[in-house]
Amino acid sequence: MTDSTASTPHNVIEVRDLVTHYGDRMILKGISMDVHADEVMVIMGGSGSGKSTLLRHLMALEHHTSGTMRILGEDIDKLSGVELVELRQKLGVAFQGGALFSSMTVGENVMLPLFEHTGLDRKTMEIMARMKLEVVSLGGFENLMPSELSGGMIKRAAFARAIVMDPKILFCDEPSAGLDPVVASALDDLILLLRDALGMTVVVVTHELESAFKIADRITILDRGEILFIGTPDELRADPSQRIQNLLNRVAEDDTMDADAYLNRLTGEQPAYRPL
Amino acid sequence: MTPTDARNPIVVTTEKVGRAAVAGVEEIGLGAMMVVESFYWLIFGRREKQAVRLGAIAEQCMAIGIQAVPIIALLAATIGMMLAIQGIHTLRIFGAESRVTVGISFSVVREFAPLITGIVIAGRSGSALAARIGTMKINQEVDALYVMGINPVRFLVVPAMVAMVIMVPALTLFSDFVGLFFAGVYVNLDLGISLAAYMDQTIELLSVDDLMHGLGKSVIFSILIAVIGVVNGASVQGGAEGVGKATTRAVVQSISAIIVTDMLFAFVVTR
Ligand SMILES: Nc1ncnc2c1ncn2[C@@H]1O[C@H](COP(=O)(O)OP(=O)(O)OP(=O)(O)O)[C@@H](O)[C@H]1O
Ligand SMILES: [Mg+2]
Repeated sequence: MTDSTASTPHNVIEVRDLVTHYGDRMILKGISMDVHADEVMVIMGGSGSGKSTLLRHLMALEHHTSGTMRILGEDIDKLSGVELVELRQKLGVAFQGGALFSSMTVGENVMLPLFEHTGLDRKTMEIMARMKLEVVSLGGFENLMPSELSGGMIKRAAFARAIVMDPKILFCDEPSAGLDPVVASALDDLILLLRDALGMTVVVVTHELESAFKIADRITILDRGEILFIGTPDELRADPSQRIQNLLNRVAEDDTMDADAYLNRLTGEQPAYRPL
Repeated sequence: MTPTDARNPIVVTTEKVGRAAVAGVEEIGLGAMMVVESFYWLIFGRREKQAVRLGAIAEQCMAIGIQAVPIIALLAATIGMMLAIQGIHTLRIFGAESRVTVGISFSVVREFAPLITGIVIAGRSGSALAARIGTMKINQEVDALYVMGINPVRFLVVPAMVAMVIMVPALTLFSDFVGLFFAGVYVNLDLGISLAAYMDQTIELLSVDDLMHGLGKSVIFSILIAVIGVVNGASVQGGAEGVGKATTRAVVQSISAIIVTDMLFAFVVTR
């Protein structure tokens, strides 16, 4: 799969020299990247490196300072309101916290895009919503309120809502963060299923190295607003650059390192003291 | 104290006042934009393939209007009786108690019904609107609407605003009746004027103008409540605490706006 798409790279997302600011602070410092059709692109990087920011720009939720972005061939700066709405119907987004509407049932949440953008009758929409809920193993939960779901179920329901319009591109911000390994791994399988069965392009932001290597066709690594690496997981493993190897190892050791630094910060002690 | 220190407080204060003024103007501008945008979606929504849903408006009407009926009835009845008590007490000085109907009918219809309805709705629904939009914002639900291609103003603001504009005048009319009726009951008990005679008198005294004066005000109140709720909700920052602050601000601002507008309206229209 990876090889066949790589040989005929048809870009669904093209970012060129993207510079973005929050207030006066420059967050993304001139990023260029492509996402090919039918691939799973994983975006990784340290906390605060700008992953969520990049994702928000790819979803056309923020205004950039300079650079261009083409999504499904459309330059998003040149789209009118109606055209942007039409483009957005081809995008699905599973937000980090789910972002389910708390006043609606799970089923109504999943149905909402259909309800707003299609002229289907309610029965058909209900069936379609139930089908998507089955895909994420939430069949039979459509009448519960989001507040009655567990964290993992909320994430899966958000997935169902994101894919209910059969989008061309699916964006996920940290799908497995805060989930137990079994559910996290099931979500990874789901992402692969969506790519293979429904032909979606998936852009995933994640911290989990293991999950990234499992699902990614290609990986982008962001570091303080700049791109450090773009390539396949194999290329990443084999990359001779010390910086990337450090980063890979550091990401893997993140937990222990962080705990120490955290303790030091809490106690206000100098980091000179090393117990091990 | 050095000269710079002496000048600093003035500079600092001036700057603070300036900033607050700019922020205030900005907020008013945002509110005005929200009204314009709401009208836009209401009229052209269909053309943009984003029609405003009648179901959503009906739902908001239920929440804003129908559920507020008991409390508004209670307060309108209380105000009506209070006006009767005070009116009779005051007029007794001149021995003119039987003329109390004049004061009651004008006060209820022109002032107290719109005012009490506006204040109750600001407290119940203006705050709820701010809290709902604020919570949705911090939970990324507003972002989710955008990425689904659903305009949040069309989806969240317009139904609430339309429902306000329908329900606040309707409830004002309702409190007109309740207030007048309970004032009449008190007049009947205290002065022995029959309820039928009281009502005849009231109907004779009140013109359509008086009724429209009160209802016209209530339309303005309804827009103020909706806009202030939405603007405060939309500017929420920083989690649940931010939502709480915005909610309180929305209530205080809309009640103040209602009272000030009430005075201005009376001043402009009555003279
Ligand atoms: N709404 C905002 N306003 C101002 N600054 C922001 C905002 N959102 C993010 N930032 C800043 O932008 C930078 C990048 O943030 P971003 O959320 O993209 O990081 P991230 O890579 O997703 O991190 P994490 O892995 O922790 O989610 C951070 O320095 C952050 O402080
Ligand atoms: Mg993030």
